[in-house]
Amino acid sequence: MTEATTTDVPEQQKTRLQMALHKPGFLVGATIIVFSTLLAIMPGVFAPYDPNVIDYVAVRQPPSWAHPFGTDMLGRDTLSRVIHAYTVNMQMAILATVFALIIGVTVGALVGYYRGVADMIFGRVVDAIITFPFLVLVIAVVAVLGPGLINMYIAITMVGWVYYARLMRAEVIAQMGNDYASAGIVMGYSDCRIIFRHLLPNAITPVVVYWMTDMALAILLGSSLGYLGLGAQPPQAEWGVLIAEGRSFITTSWWLSLMPGIAIVITGLGFSLLGDGLADLLRPRG
Amino acid sequence: MAGLQYVLKRLLMMIPTFLLVMIIIFLLVRLLPGDPAIAIAGDKASDADLAAIRDRLGLNEPLLTQFWLFLTNTLQGDLGQSIMMRTSVLEVILQRLPTTLFLAIFAVSLSLLIAGPLAFVAALNRGRWPDTLIRSVFQVGLSMPVFYIGLLLLTFLAAQLRLFPVGGRGEGFFGQLHYLFLPSMTVALYTSAIIMRNLRAALIEVLDAEYVQFARAKGLPVRLILGRHVLRNAMISTVTLLGLSIGNLMSGTLVTETVFAVPGLGRLMLEAIFARDYPLIQGLTLTFAVLVSVVFLLTDLFQSMLDPRMRLT
Repeated sequence: MTEATTTDVPEQQKTRLQMALHKPGFLVGATIIVFSTLLAIMPGVFAPYDPNVIDYVAVRQPPSWAHPFGTDMLGRDTLSRVIHAYTVNMQMAILATVFALIIGVTVGALVGYYRGVADMIFGRVVDAIITFPFLVLVIAVVAVLGPGLINMYIAITMVGWVYYARLMRAEVIAQMGNDYASAGIVMGYSDCRIIFRHLLPNAITPVVVYWMTDMALAILLGSSLGYLGLGAQPPQAEWGVLIAEGRSFITTSWWLSLMPGIAIVITGLGFSLLGDGLADLLRPRG
Repeated sequence: MAGLQYVLKRLLMMIPTFLLVMIIIFLLVRLLPGDPAIAIAGDKASDADLAAIRDRLGLNEPLLTQFWLFLTNTLQGDLGQSIMMRTSVLEVILQRLPTTLFLAIFAVSLSLLIAGPLAFVAALNRGRWPDTLIRSVFQVGLSMPVFYIGLLLLTFLAAQLRLFPVGGRGEGFFGQLHYLFLPSMTVALYTSAIIMRNLRAALIEVLDAEYVQFARAKGLPVRLILGRHVLRNAMISTVTLLGLSIGNLMSGTLVTETVFAVPGLGRLMLEAIFARDYPLIQGLTLTFAVLVSVVFLLTDLFQSMLDPRMRLT
Protein backbone atom coordinates (compact mmCIF):
# COMPACT_ATOMS: atom_id res chain seq x y z
CA MET A 1 0.00 0.00 0.00
CA THR A 2 2.77 2.40 0.92
CA GLU A 3 4.56 1.67 -2.34
CA ALA A 4 1.54 2.49 -4.46
CA THR A 5 1.07 5.83 -2.73
CA THR A 6 4.70 6.90 -3.02
CA THR A 7 4.88 6.47 -6.77
CA ASP A 8 1.98 8.57 -7.95
CA VAL A 9 1.02 11.14 -5.33
CA PRO A 10 1.09 14.85 -6.02
CA GLU A 11 3.95 16.88 -4.60
CA GLN A 12 2.03 18.28 -1.63
CA GLN A 13 0.90 14.87 -0.44
CA LYS A 14 4.33 13.44 -0.88
CA THR A 15 5.72 15.84 1.68
CA ARG A 16 2.86 14.90 3.95
CA LEU A 17 3.77 11.24 3.58
CA GLN A 18 7.37 12.07 4.37
CA MET A 19 6.18 13.95 7.43
CA ALA A 20 4.13 10.94 8.52
CA LEU A 21 7.11 8.65 8.04
CA HIS A 22 9.06 10.83 10.47
CA LYS A 23 6.44 10.36 13.16
CA PRO A 24 7.53 7.52 15.46
CA GLY A 25 3.92 6.53 16.24
CA PHE A 26 3.02 5.98 12.61
CA LEU A 27 6.22 4.01 11.94
CA VAL A 28 5.74 1.80 14.99
CA GLY A 29 2.10 1.19 14.06
CA ALA A 30 2.92 0.32 10.45
CA THR A 31 5.73 -2.02 11.52
CA ILE A 32 3.47 -3.84 13.97
CA ILE A 33 0.73 -4.31 11.38
CA VAL A 34 3.11 -5.51 8.65
CA PHE A 35 4.70 -7.99 11.05
CA SER A 36 1.29 -9.15 12.37
CA THR A 37 0.11 -9.73 8.81
CA LEU A 38 3.19 -11.86 8.11
CA LEU A 39 2.46 -13.89 11.25
CA ALA A 40 -1.14 -14.29 10.16
CA ILE A 41 -0.23 -15.47 6.65
CA MET A 42 2.47 -17.95 7.61
CA PRO A 43 2.33 -18.71 11.34
CA GLY A 44 4.12 -22.03 10.75
CA VAL A 45 7.33 -20.24 9.79
CA PHE A 46 7.50 -18.29 13.05
CA ALA A 47 6.01 -20.70 15.62
CA PRO A 48 8.71 -22.73 17.40
CA TYR A 49 6.44 -25.77 17.90
CA ASP A 50 3.37 -27.43 16.41
CA PRO A 51 0.50 -25.69 18.27
CA ASN A 52 -1.52 -28.89 18.61
CA VAL A 53 1.10 -31.36 19.80
CA ILE A 54 0.11 -32.60 23.24
CA ASP A 55 2.93 -33.33 25.71
CA TYR A 56 1.75 -34.76 29.02
CA VAL A 57 5.28 -34.58 30.43
CA ALA A 58 5.41 -30.79 30.05
CA VAL A 59 2.01 -29.73 31.42
CA ARG A 60 1.53 -26.12 32.63
CA GLN A 61 5.21 -25.23 32.69
CA PRO A 62 6.03 -21.61 33.53
CA PRO A 63 7.78 -19.45 30.90
CA SER A 64 11.33 -20.62 30.17
CA TRP A 65 13.88 -20.36 27.33
CA ALA A 66 12.40 -23.47 25.71
CA HIS A 67 8.82 -22.18 26.10
CA PRO A 68 8.90 -18.36 26.40
CA PHE A 69 5.12 -18.20 27.06
CA GLY A 70 5.01 -21.48 29.06
CA THR A 71 2.87 -24.52 28.21
CA ASP A 72 -0.86 -25.14 28.71
CA MET A 73 -2.84 -27.82 30.55
CA LEU A 74 -2.16 -30.31 27.74
CA GLY A 75 1.53 -29.41 27.46
CA ARG A 76 1.06 -27.45 24.21
CA ASP A 77 3.43 -24.54 23.65
CA THR A 78 1.52 -21.32 24.42
CA LEU A 79 3.70 -19.10 22.21
CA SER A 80 3.05 -21.31 19.19
CA ARG A 81 -0.69 -21.26 19.91
CA VAL A 82 -0.64 -17.47 20.22
CA ILE A 83 1.22 -17.18 16.90
CA HIS A 84 -1.17 -19.52 15.12
CA ALA A 85 -4.08 -17.47 16.50
CA TYR A 86 -2.83 -14.48 14.47
CA THR A 87 -4.50 -16.02 11.42
CA VAL A 88 -8.00 -15.85 12.88
CA ASN A 89 -7.54 -12.65 14.91
CA MET A 90 -6.13 -10.65 11.99
CA GLN A 91 -8.94 -12.04 9.86
CA MET A 92 -11.38 -10.50 12.38
CA ALA A 93 -9.97 -7.04 11.73
CA ILE A 94 -11.02 -7.41 8.08
CA LEU A 95 -14.14 -9.59 8.11
CA ALA A 96 -15.82 -7.88 11.06
CA THR A 97 -15.45 -4.46 9.46
CA VAL A 98 -15.36 -4.65 5.66
CA PHE A 99 -19.04 -5.49 5.08
CA ALA A 100 -20.12 -2.83 7.55
CA LEU A 101 -17.90 -0.42 5.61
CA ILE A 102 -19.42 -1.30 2.23
CA ILE A 103 -23.04 -1.24 3.44
CA GLY A 104 -22.49 1.88 5.53
CA VAL A 105 -20.77 3.84 2.76
CA THR A 106 -23.50 2.95 0.25
CA VAL A 107 -26.42 3.74 2.54
CA GLY A 108 -24.75 6.86 3.91
CA ALA A 109 -23.98 8.21 0.43
CA LEU A 110 -27.52 7.54 -0.79
CA VAL A 111 -29.39 9.10 2.13
CA GLY A 112 -26.94 11.99 2.19
CA TYR A 113 -27.53 12.68 -1.50
CA TYR A 114 -31.31 12.16 -1.71
CA ARG A 115 -32.30 13.26 1.84
CA GLY A 116 -36.10 13.34 2.15
CA VAL A 117 -38.12 10.60 3.83
CA ALA A 118 -35.37 7.97 3.55
CA ASP A 119 -33.03 10.29 5.41
CA MET A 120 -35.58 10.86 8.17
CA ILE A 121 -36.12 7.14 8.63
CA PHE A 122 -32.36 6.63 8.60
CA GLY A 123 -31.97 9.22 11.37
CA ARG A 124 -34.46 7.37 13.57
CA VAL A 125 -32.79 4.01 12.89
CA VAL A 126 -29.42 5.46 13.92
CA ASP A 127 -30.94 6.87 17.11
CA ALA A 128 -32.48 3.51 17.93
CA ILE A 129 -29.35 1.47 17.29
CA ILE A 130 -27.04 3.73 19.27
CA THR A 131 -29.48 3.45 22.16
CA PHE A 132 -28.27 -0.11 22.63
CA PRO A 133 -24.84 -0.60 24.13
CA PHE A 134 -22.82 -1.96 21.16
CA LEU A 135 -21.77 -5.16 22.91
CA VAL A 136 -25.27 -5.86 24.24
CA LEU A 137 -26.84 -5.69 20.79
CA VAL A 138 -24.05 -7.74 19.21
CA ILE A 139 -24.29 -10.53 21.78
CA ALA A 140 -28.09 -10.47 21.61
CA VAL A 141 -27.84 -11.13 17.87
CA VAL A 142 -25.17 -13.80 18.40
CA ALA A 143 -27.44 -15.35 21.03
CA VAL A 144 -30.22 -15.68 18.50
CA LEU A 145 -28.04 -16.88 15.60
CA GLY A 146 -25.91 -19.16 17.81
CA PRO A 147 -22.26 -18.74 18.92
CA GLY A 148 -19.49 -19.01 16.33
CA LEU A 149 -17.18 -16.91 14.17
CA ILE A 150 -19.46 -16.47 11.13
CA ASN A 151 -22.45 -15.46 13.24
CA MET A 152 -20.22 -13.09 15.15
CA TYR A 153 -19.24 -11.37 11.89
CA ILE A 154 -22.89 -11.15 10.87
CA ALA A 155 -23.85 -9.67 14.25
CA ILE A 156 -21.06 -7.08 14.25
CA THR A 157 -21.91 -6.08 10.66
CA MET A 158 -25.62 -5.73 11.46
CA VAL A 159 -24.79 -3.22 14.19
CA GLY A 160 -21.57 -1.68 12.90
CA TRP A 161 -22.70 -0.39 9.48
CA VAL A 162 -24.65 2.39 11.21
CA TYR A 163 -21.48 4.13 12.36
CA TYR A 164 -20.01 4.16 8.83
CA ALA A 165 -23.29 5.31 7.32
CA ARG A 166 -23.64 8.18 9.78
CA LEU A 167 -20.13 9.38 9.02
CA MET A 168 -20.55 9.01 5.25
CA ARG A 169 -23.89 10.81 5.25
CA ALA A 170 -22.48 13.83 7.08
CA GLU A 171 -19.50 13.96 4.75
CA VAL A 172 -21.60 13.69 1.56
CA ILE A 173 -23.88 16.48 2.78
CA ALA A 174 -20.83 18.66 3.42
CA GLN A 175 -19.44 17.88 -0.06
CA MET A 176 -22.78 18.71 -1.70
CA GLY A 177 -22.18 22.33 -0.77
CA ASN A 178 -19.16 22.49 -3.08
CA ASP A 179 -19.24 23.91 -6.59
CA TYR A 180 -18.14 20.70 -8.28
CA ALA A 181 -21.29 18.93 -7.01
CA SER A 182 -23.60 21.66 -8.35
CA ALA A 183 -21.60 21.65 -11.60
CA GLY A 184 -22.22 17.92 -11.95
CA ILE A 185 -25.95 18.45 -11.52
CA VAL A 186 -26.00 21.34 -14.02
CA MET A 187 -24.07 19.24 -16.55
CA GLY A 188 -26.90 16.72 -16.32
CA TYR A 189 -24.80 13.84 -15.03
CA SER A 190 -26.74 10.89 -13.68
CA ASP A 191 -27.20 10.68 -9.90
CA CYS A 192 -25.20 7.49 -9.91
CA ARG A 193 -22.25 9.19 -11.61
CA ILE A 194 -22.34 12.18 -9.25
CA ILE A 195 -22.56 10.02 -6.13
CA PHE A 196 -20.00 7.36 -6.95
CA ARG A 197 -17.58 9.15 -9.28
CA HIS A 198 -17.52 12.59 -7.72
CA LEU A 199 -18.89 12.74 -4.18
CA LEU A 200 -17.66 9.39 -2.88
CA PRO A 201 -13.93 9.82 -3.59
CA ASN A 202 -14.02 13.23 -1.91
CA ALA A 203 -16.06 12.11 1.07
CA ILE A 204 -14.36 8.81 1.85
CA THR A 205 -11.30 10.04 3.81
CA PRO A 206 -12.81 10.28 7.33
CA VAL A 207 -14.47 6.92 6.75
CA VAL A 208 -11.13 5.28 5.94
CA VAL A 209 -9.57 6.81 9.04
CA TYR A 210 -12.46 5.50 11.13
CA TRP A 211 -12.04 2.09 9.49
CA MET A 212 -8.52 1.79 10.93
CA THR A 213 -9.79 2.55 14.45
CA ASP A 214 -12.63 0.13 13.88
CA MET A 215 -10.21 -2.65 12.96
CA ALA A 216 -8.51 -2.19 16.34
CA LEU A 217 -11.94 -2.30 17.99
CA ALA A 218 -12.88 -5.40 15.98
CA ILE A 219 -9.89 -7.28 17.37
CA LEU A 220 -10.77 -6.23 20.92
CA LEU A 221 -14.44 -7.08 20.37
CA GLY A 222 -13.71 -10.39 18.62
CA SER A 223 -11.39 -11.57 21.37
CA SER A 224 -13.89 -10.42 24.02
CA LEU A 225 -16.61 -12.52 22.37
CA GLY A 226 -14.17 -15.42 22.14
CA TYR A 227 -13.46 -15.03 25.85
CA LEU A 228 -17.19 -14.96 26.64
CA GLY A 229 -17.69 -18.15 24.62
CA LEU A 230 -19.71 -16.48 21.85
CA GLY A 231 -17.08 -16.01 19.14
CA ALA A 232 -14.47 -18.51 17.96
CA GLN A 233 -15.02 -21.87 19.61
CA PRO A 234 -12.37 -24.07 21.25
CA PRO A 235 -10.23 -25.95 20.26
CA GLN A 236 -9.54 -23.17 17.73
CA ALA A 237 -6.55 -21.13 18.79
CA GLU A 238 -7.91 -17.58 19.17
CA TRP A 239 -6.60 -15.04 21.69
CA GLY A 240 -9.85 -14.65 23.63
CA VAL A 241 -10.41 -18.41 23.65
CA LEU A 242 -6.84 -19.03 24.85
CA ILE A 243 -7.31 -16.52 27.66
CA ALA A 244 -10.62 -18.14 28.66
CA GLU A 245 -8.97 -21.59 28.68
CA GLY A 246 -6.35 -20.34 31.12
CA ARG A 247 -8.93 -18.59 33.33
CA SER A 248 -9.44 -21.61 35.63
CA PHE A 249 -5.70 -21.80 36.32
CA ILE A 250 -5.24 -18.09 37.01
CA THR A 251 -4.05 -18.57 40.61
CA THR A 252 -1.43 -21.19 39.78
CA SER A 253 -0.53 -20.75 36.09
CA TRP A 254 -1.05 -17.05 35.36
CA TRP A 255 0.90 -17.17 32.07
CA LEU A 256 -1.84 -19.19 30.35
CA SER A 257 -4.19 -16.21 30.45
CA LEU A 258 -1.82 -13.28 30.55
CA MET A 259 0.55 -14.14 27.69
CA PRO A 260 -2.04 -14.29 24.86
CA GLY A 261 -3.25 -10.85 25.96
CA ILE A 262 0.11 -9.36 25.01
CA ALA A 263 -0.66 -10.17 21.38
CA ILE A 264 -4.03 -8.39 21.64
CA VAL A 265 -2.49 -5.29 23.19
CA ILE A 266 0.33 -5.07 20.64
CA THR A 267 -1.93 -5.60 17.63
CA GLY A 268 -4.59 -3.21 18.96
CA LEU A 269 -1.91 -0.60 19.57
CA GLY A 270 -0.56 -1.14 16.06
CA PHE A 271 -3.92 -0.47 14.43
CA SER A 272 -4.67 2.61 16.52
CA LEU A 273 -1.20 4.14 15.97
CA LEU A 274 -1.56 3.46 12.25
CA GLY A 275 -5.04 5.01 12.34
CA ASP A 276 -3.78 8.15 14.10
CA GLY A 277 -0.93 8.40 11.58
CA LEU A 278 -3.27 7.97 8.63
CA ALA A 279 -5.59 10.62 10.07
CA ASP A 280 -2.66 13.06 10.11
CA LEU A 281 -1.66 12.01 6.62
CA LEU A 282 -5.08 12.28 4.99
CA ARG A 283 -6.74 15.09 6.91
CA PRO A 284 -6.89 18.25 4.84
CA ARG A 285 -4.82 21.02 6.40
CA GLY A 286 -5.87 24.60 6.72
CA MET B 1 -40.34 29.10 29.46
CA ALA B 2 -37.80 28.03 26.89
CA GLY B 3 -36.40 25.45 29.32
CA LEU B 4 -39.68 23.61 29.79
CA GLN B 5 -40.36 23.68 26.08
CA TYR B 6 -36.96 22.13 25.45
CA VAL B 7 -37.62 19.33 27.95
CA LEU B 8 -40.97 18.54 26.36
CA LYS B 9 -39.53 18.55 22.84
CA ARG B 10 -36.72 16.29 23.97
CA LEU B 11 -39.19 13.86 25.58
CA LEU B 12 -41.35 13.78 22.45
CA MET B 13 -38.29 12.97 20.36
CA MET B 14 -37.82 9.82 22.45
CA ILE B 15 -41.10 8.29 21.30
CA PRO B 16 -40.16 7.28 17.72
CA THR B 17 -36.76 6.08 18.96
CA PHE B 18 -38.42 3.97 21.62
CA LEU B 19 -40.81 2.48 19.06
CA LEU B 20 -37.91 1.49 16.83
CA VAL B 21 -36.04 0.03 19.80
CA MET B 22 -39.11 -2.09 20.52
CA ILE B 23 -39.30 -3.17 16.85
CA ILE B 24 -35.64 -4.23 16.91
CA ILE B 25 -36.12 -6.27 20.10
CA PHE B 26 -39.35 -7.74 18.71
CA LEU B 27 -37.68 -8.76 15.44
CA LEU B 28 -34.66 -10.18 17.28
CA VAL B 29 -36.47 -13.32 18.44
CA ARG B 30 -38.25 -13.58 15.09
CA LEU B 31 -34.81 -13.94 13.45
CA LEU B 32 -34.72 -17.37 15.02
CA PRO B 33 -34.97 -20.16 12.52
CA GLY B 34 -38.05 -22.32 13.09
CA ASP B 35 -40.82 -21.95 15.65
CA PRO B 36 -40.12 -19.24 18.26
CA ALA B 37 -42.36 -21.09 20.73
CA ILE B 38 -40.07 -24.13 20.65
CA ALA B 39 -37.03 -21.88 20.87
CA ILE B 40 -38.51 -20.11 23.88
CA ALA B 41 -39.79 -23.13 25.77
CA GLY B 42 -37.15 -25.65 24.72
CA ASP B 43 -37.41 -28.98 22.89
CA LYS B 44 -38.84 -30.78 25.89
CA ALA B 45 -41.86 -28.53 26.38
CA SER B 46 -45.27 -30.17 26.24
CA ASP B 47 -47.78 -29.31 23.51
CA ALA B 48 -49.91 -27.50 26.08
CA ASP B 49 -46.95 -25.32 27.10
CA LEU B 50 -46.19 -24.52 23.47
CA ALA B 51 -49.82 -23.63 22.84
CA ALA B 52 -49.80 -21.35 25.91
CA ILE B 53 -46.68 -19.56 24.67
CA ARG B 54 -48.07 -19.21 21.15
CA ASP B 55 -51.18 -17.78 22.70
CA ARG B 56 -49.32 -15.32 24.94
CA LEU B 57 -47.07 -14.13 22.11
CA GLY B 58 -50.01 -14.25 19.73
CA LEU B 59 -47.96 -16.29 17.26
CA ASN B 60 -51.09 -17.30 15.37
CA GLU B 61 -51.99 -13.65 14.80
CA PRO B 62 -50.65 -11.42 12.01
CA LEU B 63 -47.23 -9.83 12.66
CA LEU B 64 -48.64 -6.37 13.38
CA THR B 65 -51.04 -7.71 16.00
CA GLN B 66 -48.14 -9.62 17.54
CA PHE B 67 -46.10 -6.44 17.77
CA TRP B 68 -49.03 -4.56 19.32
CA LEU B 69 -49.37 -7.31 21.94
CA PHE B 70 -45.64 -7.20 22.67
CA LEU B 71 -45.68 -3.40 22.95
CA THR B 72 -48.72 -3.21 25.24
CA ASN B 73 -47.46 -6.06 27.43
CA THR B 74 -44.08 -4.37 27.80
CA LEU B 75 -45.59 -0.99 28.62
CA GLN B 76 -47.60 -2.67 31.38
CA GLY B 77 -44.37 -4.10 32.80
CA ASP B 78 -45.09 -7.62 31.59
CA LEU B 79 -41.82 -8.85 30.05
CA GLY B 80 -42.86 -12.50 30.16
CA GLN B 81 -41.56 -15.43 32.18
CA SER B 82 -37.90 -16.35 32.45
CA ILE B 83 -37.39 -19.97 31.48
CA MET B 84 -34.34 -20.66 33.60
CA MET B 85 -35.45 -18.69 36.69
CA ARG B 86 -39.11 -19.69 36.48
CA THR B 87 -40.24 -16.25 37.65
CA SER B 88 -41.22 -13.05 35.88
CA VAL B 89 -38.45 -11.44 33.84
CA LEU B 90 -39.11 -8.04 35.41
CA GLU B 91 -38.63 -9.46 38.91
CA VAL B 92 -35.29 -11.08 38.02
CA ILE B 93 -34.04 -7.87 36.37
CA LEU B 94 -35.11 -5.60 39.24
CA GLN B 95 -33.32 -7.92 41.65
CA ARG B 96 -30.01 -7.64 39.75
CA LEU B 97 -30.28 -4.01 38.67
CA PRO B 98 -28.92 -2.34 41.88
CA THR B 99 -25.61 -4.22 41.67
CA THR B 100 -25.01 -3.12 38.08
CA LEU B 101 -26.00 0.47 38.86
CA PHE B 102 -23.65 0.50 41.86
CA LEU B 103 -20.85 -0.87 39.67
CA ALA B 104 -21.51 1.68 36.91
CA ILE B 105 -21.64 4.71 39.24
CA PHE B 106 -18.55 3.51 41.10
CA ALA B 107 -16.73 3.09 37.77
CA VAL B 108 -17.69 6.58 36.57
CA SER B 109 -16.50 8.14 39.84
CA LEU B 110 -13.20 6.28 39.65
CA SER B 111 -12.61 7.21 36.02
CA LEU B 112 -13.22 10.90 36.77
CA LEU B 113 -10.81 10.68 39.70
CA ILE B 114 -8.18 9.14 37.44
CA ALA B 115 -8.75 11.13 34.27
CA GLY B 116 -9.39 14.59 35.74
CA PRO B 117 -6.07 15.34 37.45
CA LEU B 118 -4.04 13.56 34.75
CA ALA B 119 -5.73 15.53 31.98
CA PHE B 120 -4.84 18.74 33.84
CA VAL B 121 -1.20 17.70 34.24
CA ALA B 122 -1.03 16.70 30.56
CA ALA B 123 -2.70 19.88 29.28
CA LEU B 124 -0.58 22.22 31.40
CA ASN B 125 2.63 20.43 30.31
CA ARG B 126 1.64 20.12 26.67
CA GLY B 127 4.41 18.56 24.56
CA ARG B 128 6.71 17.96 27.52
CA TRP B 129 7.50 14.59 29.08
CA PRO B 130 4.61 14.35 31.60
CA ASP B 131 2.19 14.84 28.70
CA THR B 132 3.92 12.27 26.51
CA LEU B 133 4.11 9.74 29.35
CA ILE B 134 0.45 10.10 30.35
CA ARG B 135 -0.74 9.90 26.75
CA SER B 136 1.38 6.83 25.95
CA VAL B 137 0.15 4.94 29.02
CA PHE B 138 -3.46 5.68 28.13
CA GLN B 139 -2.88 4.76 24.49
CA VAL B 140 -1.80 1.30 25.67
CA GLY B 141 -4.82 1.22 27.99
CA LEU B 142 -7.14 1.87 25.06
CA SER B 143 -5.65 -1.11 23.23
CA MET B 144 -6.55 -3.52 26.03
CA PRO B 145 -9.86 -5.35 26.01
CA VAL B 146 -11.78 -4.83 29.26
CA PHE B 147 -11.71 -8.51 30.14
CA TYR B 148 -7.93 -8.53 29.92
CA ILE B 149 -7.55 -5.50 32.21
CA GLY B 150 -9.85 -7.34 34.61
CA LEU B 151 -7.79 -10.51 34.49
CA LEU B 152 -4.57 -8.56 35.13
CA LEU B 153 -6.06 -6.88 38.22
CA LEU B 154 -7.58 -10.17 39.32
CA THR B 155 -4.30 -12.05 38.98
CA PHE B 156 -2.01 -9.55 40.67
CA LEU B 157 -4.15 -7.69 43.21
CA ALA B 158 -6.64 -10.39 44.15
CA ALA B 159 -5.03 -13.79 43.55
CA GLN B 160 -1.35 -13.02 44.22
CA LEU B 161 -1.36 -10.14 46.73
CA ARG B 162 -4.79 -11.04 48.19
CA LEU B 163 -5.70 -7.36 48.60
CA PHE B 164 -9.20 -7.82 47.22
CA PRO B 165 -11.76 -10.64 46.93
CA VAL B 166 -11.59 -12.56 43.64
CA GLY B 167 -15.31 -12.37 42.97
CA GLY B 168 -18.84 -11.87 44.28
CA ARG B 169 -20.80 -8.88 45.40
CA GLY B 170 -20.42 -8.19 49.15
CA GLU B 171 -23.08 -7.07 51.64
CA GLY B 172 -23.99 -3.52 52.66
CA PHE B 173 -22.53 -0.33 51.24
CA PHE B 174 -18.95 -0.84 52.40
CA GLY B 175 -19.02 -4.53 51.58
CA GLN B 176 -20.02 -3.65 48.01
CA LEU B 177 -17.39 -0.94 47.88
CA HIS B 178 -14.78 -3.55 48.81
CA TYR B 179 -16.02 -6.33 46.51
CA LEU B 180 -16.80 -4.10 43.56
CA PHE B 181 -13.59 -2.06 43.69
CA LEU B 182 -11.62 -4.20 41.23
CA PRO B 183 -14.52 -4.71 38.80
CA SER B 184 -15.20 -0.94 38.82
CA MET B 185 -11.50 -0.16 38.47
CA THR B 186 -11.40 -2.44 35.42
CA VAL B 187 -14.09 -0.46 33.66
CA ALA B 188 -12.68 2.84 34.96
CA LEU B 189 -9.22 2.20 33.52
CA TYR B 190 -10.80 1.81 30.11
CA THR B 191 -13.27 4.72 30.26
CA SER B 192 -10.74 7.06 31.89
CA ALA B 193 -8.55 6.65 28.80
CA ILE B 194 -11.36 8.02 26.63
CA ILE B 195 -12.19 10.81 29.08
CA MET B 196 -8.54 11.82 29.57
CA ARG B 197 -8.00 12.17 25.83
CA ASN B 198 -10.99 14.45 25.34
CA LEU B 199 -10.65 16.41 28.55
CA ARG B 200 -7.03 17.16 27.66
CA ALA B 201 -8.06 18.41 24.23
CA ALA B 202 -10.89 20.49 25.74
CA LEU B 203 -8.57 21.96 28.36
CA ILE B 204 -6.00 22.92 25.75
CA GLU B 205 -8.68 24.56 23.65
CA VAL B 206 -9.92 26.57 26.62
CA LEU B 207 -6.39 27.46 27.75
CA ASP B 208 -5.74 28.91 24.29
CA ALA B 209 -9.03 30.84 24.23
CA GLU B 210 -8.79 34.62 24.19
CA TYR B 211 -10.69 35.17 27.42
CA VAL B 212 -8.22 32.96 29.30
CA GLN B 213 -5.27 34.74 27.67
CA PHE B 214 -6.89 37.99 28.74
CA ALA B 215 -7.37 36.77 32.33
CA ARG B 216 -3.71 35.79 32.38
CA ALA B 217 -2.65 39.13 30.99
CA LYS B 218 -4.73 40.83 33.69
CA GLY B 219 -2.55 38.95 36.16
CA LEU B 220 -5.24 36.76 37.72
CA PRO B 221 -3.78 33.91 39.77
CA VAL B 222 -3.52 30.66 37.79
CA ARG B 223 -5.63 28.76 40.34
CA LEU B 224 -8.50 31.18 39.90
CA ILE B 225 -8.29 31.02 36.11
CA LEU B 226 -8.29 27.25 36.16
CA GLY B 227 -11.16 26.97 38.62
CA ARG B 228 -13.42 29.73 37.38
CA HIS B 229 -12.87 29.69 33.61
CA VAL B 230 -11.08 26.61 32.39
CA LEU B 231 -12.71 23.93 34.50
CA ARG B 232 -16.26 25.14 34.00
CA ASN B 233 -15.94 25.23 30.23
CA ALA B 234 -14.08 21.95 29.95
CA MET B 235 -16.77 20.34 32.10
CA ILE B 236 -19.46 20.77 29.45
CA SER B 237 -17.65 18.60 26.94
CA THR B 238 -16.69 16.09 29.63
CA VAL B 239 -20.29 15.63 30.78
CA THR B 240 -21.39 15.21 27.17
CA LEU B 241 -18.68 12.67 26.58
CA LEU B 242 -19.54 10.78 29.78
CA GLY B 243 -23.16 10.64 28.69
CA LEU B 244 -22.27 9.44 25.22
CA SER B 245 -19.92 6.77 26.63
CA ILE B 246 -22.73 5.20 28.68
CA GLY B 247 -23.02 2.48 26.04
CA ASN B 248 -19.32 1.72 26.35
CA LEU B 249 -19.67 1.76 30.11
CA MET B 250 -22.54 -0.74 29.99
CA SER B 251 -20.62 -2.99 27.58
CA GLY B 252 -17.72 -2.76 30.03
CA THR B 253 -19.80 -3.72 33.05
CA LEU B 254 -21.17 -6.69 31.13
CA VAL B 255 -17.66 -8.01 30.58
CA THR B 256 -16.29 -7.12 34.00
CA GLU B 257 -19.22 -8.79 35.75
CA THR B 258 -18.35 -11.97 33.91
CA VAL B 259 -14.66 -11.80 34.81
CA PHE B 260 -15.31 -11.12 38.51
CA ALA B 261 -18.47 -13.23 38.89
CA VAL B 262 -20.51 -10.19 39.98
CA PRO B 263 -24.23 -11.10 40.03
CA GLY B 264 -25.46 -8.13 37.96
CA LEU B 265 -27.35 -7.65 34.70
CA GLY B 266 -24.37 -8.35 32.42
CA ARG B 267 -23.63 -11.71 33.92
CA LEU B 268 -27.34 -12.49 33.86
CA MET B 269 -27.36 -11.68 30.13
CA LEU B 270 -24.66 -14.26 29.45
CA GLU B 271 -26.37 -16.86 31.64
CA ALA B 272 -29.58 -16.18 29.72
CA ILE B 273 -27.77 -16.60 26.40
CA PHE B 274 -26.28 -19.95 27.29
CA ALA B 275 -29.64 -21.12 28.69
CA ARG B 276 -31.36 -19.87 25.50
CA ASP B 277 -33.74 -17.95 27.75
CA TYR B 278 -35.15 -15.66 25.06
CA PRO B 279 -37.73 -13.74 27.13
CA LEU B 280 -34.96 -12.85 29.58
CA ILE B 281 -32.58 -11.86 26.73
CA GLN B 282 -35.28 -9.59 25.30
CA GLY B 283 -36.02 -8.08 28.71
CA LEU B 284 -32.34 -7.43 29.42
CA THR B 285 -31.69 -5.91 26.01
CA LEU B 286 -34.62 -3.57 26.61
CA THR B 287 -33.35 -2.69 30.10
CA PHE B 288 -29.94 -1.75 28.76
CA ALA B 289 -31.53 0.39 26.04
CA VAL B 290 -33.75 2.14 28.60
CA LEU B 291 -30.74 2.82 30.86
CA VAL B 292 -28.82 4.32 27.96
CA SER B 293 -31.70 6.51 26.75
CA VAL B 294 -32.34 7.82 30.28
CA VAL B 295 -28.67 8.78 30.53
CA PHE B 296 -28.80 10.40 27.06
CA LEU B 297 -31.81 12.42 28.23
CA LEU B 298 -30.13 13.50 31.46
CA THR B 299 -26.99 14.47 29.53
CA ASP B 300 -28.97 16.65 27.15
CA LEU B 301 -30.85 18.32 29.99
CA PHE B 302 -27.70 18.89 32.02
CA GLN B 303 -25.95 20.26 28.97
CA SER B 304 -28.77 22.67 28.24
CA MET B 305 -28.54 23.85 31.85
CA LEU B 306 -24.81 24.48 31.62
CA ASP B 307 -24.88 25.96 28.16
CA PRO B 308 -28.14 27.68 27.13
CA ARG B 309 -26.98 27.86 23.49
CA MET B 310 -27.67 24.11 23.18
CA ARG B 311 -31.41 24.64 23.60
CA LEU B 312 -31.61 26.38 20.27
CA THR B 313 -30.55 23.41 18.20
